[in-house]
Amino acid sequence: MLDNIKEFASEFFVTGDPLIYGADASIVLATIGIVFVLTYFKKWGWLWRNWITTVDHKKIGIMYILAAMLMLFRGGVDAVMMRTQLAFPDLNFLEPEHYNQIFTTHGVVMIFFMAMPLMFGLFNIIVPLQIGARDVAFPFLNSLSFWLFFAGAMLFNLSFVIGGSPDAGWLAYPPLSGAEFNPGVGQNFYIWGIQISGIGSLASGINFLVTILKMRAPGMTMMKLPMFTWSVFAASTTIIFAFPILTITLLLLFLDRFFGAHFFTLDGGGNPMMYINLIWMWGHPEVYIVVLPAFGVFSETVATFARKRLFGYASMVFAMVIISIISFFTWAHHFFTMGSGANVNSFFAISTMIIAIPTGVKIFNWLFTMYKGRITFPTPMMWTIAFIPAFVVGGMTGVMLSVAPADFQFHNSYFLIAHFHQVLIGGTVFGYFAGLYYWWPKMFGFKLNEYLGKWAFWFWNIGFYVCFMPQYLVGLDGMTRRISVFSNPDWIGLNIVSTIGAYLMGIAFLFQVAQIGYSIFRHEKDTTGDIWDGRTLEWSTPSPAPEYNFAVIPQVHSRDEWWEEKERRRRGEKPWQLGPIEPIHMPKNSAIPAIMSACWFVLGFGLVFHWLWMAIPGLIGVFICMFARSFSAHKAEYYIPVEEIERTEAKLRGGSV
Amino acid sequence: MAQSPAHGTDHHDHHAAGHHDPQDLKLLGFWMFLVTDVIMFGTLFATFMVLRGNTDGSITGAEVLEMNGIIISTFLLLTSSFTSGVAVLAMNQNKVKQMIIWLVITGLLGAAFLGLEVTEFIHLVHEGATLQTSAYWSAFFTLVGTHGVHVAVGLFWMIAIIIQIVRRGLNSDTRGKVTVFSLYWHFLDAVWIFLLSIVYLMEVM
Amino acid sequence: MGKKRRSLVRAAFSAVTLVMTMLLLSGCGNYMVLDPKGPIAAKQLDLIIITTLLCAVIIVPVLIITFVIVWRYRASNKKADYKPEWAHSNLLETIWWGIPIVIVIILAIVTVRYTHELEPSKALASDKDEVVIQAVSLNWKWLFLYPEEGIATINTITIPEDRPIRFELTSDSPMNSFWVPELGGQLYAMSGMSMALYLQADEPGTYFGTGANFTGEHFANMTFDVNATSEEEYAQWIEEAKSSSETLTAESYEELSKPTEKEEPRLYASFPNGMYESIVTKYLHDGAELHQHGSAETGDLKGPETVDVQDADSEDHSSSHSGH
Repeated sequence: MLDNIKEFASEFFVTGDPLIYGADASIVLATIGIVFVLTYFKKWGWLWRNWITTVDHKKIGIMYILAAMLMLFRGGVDAVMMRTQLAFPDLNFLEPEHYNQIFTTHGVVMIFFMAMPLMFGLFNIIVPLQIGARDVAFPFLNSLSFWLFFAGAMLFNLSFVIGGSPDAGWLAYPPLSGAEFNPGVGQNFYIWGIQISGIGSLASGINFLVTILKMRAPGMTMMKLPMFTWSVFAASTTIIFAFPILTITLLLLFLDRFFGAHFFTLDGGGNPMMYINLIWMWGHPEVYIVVLPAFGVFSETVATFARKRLFGYASMVFAMVIISIISFFTWAHHFFTMGSGANVNSFFAISTMIIAIPTGVKIFNWLFTMYKGRITFPTPMMWTIAFIPAFVVGGMTGVMLSVAPADFQFHNSYFLIAHFHQVLIGGTVFGYFAGLYYWWPKMFGFKLNEYLGKWAFWFWNIGFYVCFMPQYLVGLDGMTRRISVFSNPDWIGLNIVSTIGAYLMGIAFLFQVAQIGYSIFRHEKDTTGDIWDGRTLEWSTPSPAPEYNFAVIPQVHSRDEWWEEKERRRRGEKPWQLGPIEPIHMPKNSAIPAIMSACWFVLGFGLVFHWLWMAIPGLIGVFICMFARSFSAHKAEYYIPVEEIERTEAKLRGGSV
Repeated sequence: MAQSPAHGTDHHDHHAAGHHDPQDLKLLGFWMFLVTDVIMFGTLFATFMVLRGNTDGSITGAEVLEMNGIIISTFLLLTSSFTSGVAVLAMNQNKVKQMIIWLVITGLLGAAFLGLEVTEFIHLVHEGATLQTSAYWSAFFTLVGTHGVHVAVGLFWMIAIIIQIVRRGLNSDTRGKVTVFSLYWHFLDAVWIFLLSIVYLMEVM
Repeated sequence: MGKKRRSLVRAAFSAVTLVMTMLLLSGCGNYMVLDPKGPIAAKQLDLIIITTLLCAVIIVPVLIITFVIVWRYRASNKKADYKPEWAHSNLLETIWWGIPIVIVIILAIVTVRYTHELEPSKALASDKDEVVIQAVSLNWKWLFLYPEEGIATINTITIPEDRPIRFELTSDSPMNSFWVPELGGQLYAMSGMSMALYLQADEPGTYFGTGANFTGEHFANMTFDVNATSEEEYAQWIEEAKSSSETLTAESYEELSKPTEKEEPRLYASFPNGMYESIVTKYLHDGAELHQHGSAETGDLKGPETVDVQDADSEDHSSSHSGH
């Protein structure tokens, strides 16, 4: 009996590596610590009522961002470990097996569990406030989306200590990711971690589309939408067309692995190339999904901090729509070297280049927003300005990669690695940081410390170039991606420099943690709700905004409505005519999303280990939750009475609305 | 601009009370869901088309697919789509009992359809065509099976809706549910037409 | 900004500049891709240079404009204009929609021309006969077969200079990619199909070759040398290989195809006839089509290039072409 248990445990838990034992210990300690703190301060009820069951978009947004930061840490540790291993040739810091797991989880964590939740966090916090809405269209579904993401992320991260991490790359090409070459459970964690959170993303896409289409303040036509909301609209549209492809692709891979189907196997008539096509039909739009909202953020910050209207609004909208459409017709540029023939390659090369046009136009419009402006440089604006050269150079190498015959020399090399990191960090991460610093006061009512923020900024930026510029060169010198050791002495210098850059970015992250920690205790309070002298409706609310956002929803007349309103007040003209306060209809908190996601987690975990006794109850749980919701949804609403709203408003605004 | 500022206040009250018509939102949301479902089925159809010829030297569809059962299935599902439409008509005339009867008939037809599908699958497995046989059969069972799972989920969903209507009667909430359900059911019907043509007719012809 | 902070920033900037300069100086001209040794790599380099210049036409002015605008319109510069309402100009927007469109059109024309010209399966024009080398990606080593000479090698290739080499690529393991940067771009090596890649070395030398697409645990060890030699040395090398004590048989291939961590280069005096074809068609059951070839996205390439492979094994290979 004991032997059986021992044998099971050695299979079940990942063993044999001091790094993993260290992680095990710290996970256990952290969990005990959290449980202890919550119990000691009697915070379980608070956690349950205020966070776990909440349907408030602002709180859900904060949870997304918190989770994204944790995942940024995890993905960042992976990155630093990889760079450490590659600093010198034939280093034995990581075994090849471990190295392969780490580059796989680095990619998966950064895209699915860092970029996506950070993006959804910003969507959640800002979109309803920007369009003058009380919440998103489906608050319950919104909470479900978050908890599905969370369940997926937890399931995926669990693979680090239980069962073993996936190790077939972030897109898990079969046959390498198939049962034949990868019989362990790591790939199962990959499939279900992403699948569960992907369903959440899909639901979020629907939610924000409906929110933007149906819940805008009166007078806010589509061509008066703030540009960030437009970017959310473009990204959400892309999500609802792209994510179903991912869902099916992962399902098919699961059927191959679990039931021995033959979609992507070598034998039985399977076709691995079909997987590569399918995954990139989702994967290419995905990179635009994460970068478009960053474009939206820049459009907001650049106008605010240049104190000038956004230049070329119509062009900006058109460019974004074009980008999201064309992003569906470029997928094969990820495998020009598959031998698809000259005509196919030419088509995808040209469609890829075309995307550079609207992107370039956006850059010019941002530049000319600053032209004849009055630019100030707080941290959100610093990230915005740093974005431009980073993205322009990354875009240029992107165009170079799009030239199919030249790509034969770049593909799978560090040149490619440098390129996509430059656009993903320089575009997406810089954008989300800009957004985070910009809207932080709106979320929490205080500003983040600018001094530490600038240190973080410089470390990030310098580290970024030091890390990735050498990678372009070492790629041109024939170094391919995903190698755990190398022997070519010509590559040593470049790799050392690159590793130094990675560490600089690691230090930058520590500065950000310090910045947040310090600012919680010592900060400048945002008493006006409009700390940056902003232009759009979110700045008309107190910081943080009350749960109902707007006591009375304003009538919108122009694109920069709040700016215009302030101008009207400055000129002594008639300000907003706000109607009387009325009772506000609000959704009630619900435990179902968290419970249902827990059931998904159980289902996923069961399927990872082929334990049907666990998976089937999980599935039944999911259905019970659906029924419970269907039967209770009509009771899940309440009204906030007028007196309470007046009291809250008086407290938040010192009496004046 | 939709409203002049003078009218704005009226409109305003409307919003202040949070009167975004929830049924309106749900209907649009459901259409969006259908878009995602179309893409999912589209991906499965594309997969099937790519793998159609990949029978790996084993049993082919033309050898074992039997059209008689499929024609009856088609008839059942098309009829059920019609009866679900009739149920919505009855609902619009506030004839609750009639509506429930039509929904039940829809459900029975759907269940019969599922029964036939299960019989067909058992027959195929008997003939030696399983998910593991070849890429063609993997794609076949997954595509047809996904549609079947949609029908099954629809049946459970409909039962839940009928119970709610019996309990709470017709109101804007339950009406919305019936409308959305009927939309879903018609959608499954449309998917089946494609299945019939691409998976069955093209194979057998 | 405080004086101290400004000097810090300046120090950081100069550090970056220094590092960049060192990087560029340290290896300029030695980077494999930028230092081609064969006609394919040379043309690819031409193309890289053309695209870089075309991009630079936009990028360099943008970077300069960015700097100028950000500097001139900083809030502390009270001399600069401030026009908060100015947000539209048809002329300007036409210019910056127009210029990228023109550049992309030029780039597209260049790309299409080169894509056809550098189609990997296109035979290189030469008055000399081509050498055929069949490459098989195994876990974790490359097996090279010389069908005309009847010899085989592991993790090493010798080729005669100035003669077109026709590589035929396949895999008996997860998908890999065959890359010799100094001779030309890479191409995938996939199970169940054969891909043709023409390369040529213009001068003798030892060139770095590698697997470029991740195939699992010890993928990093899938490197190999490509020795380009004179015709005489090549003939000599063939003789050397033929006198090797090892021969590759069906049984020893079974053994060889099992995963191993790292293999030293070695030579085989012979290998069984039709070995490459049997690897390519390993998953092909009788009567079945060569499945991977049937998919639309490989339509173009597969035409005449792989007919020989299919002829060798598949009775009804014609059906595999009916798809495209």
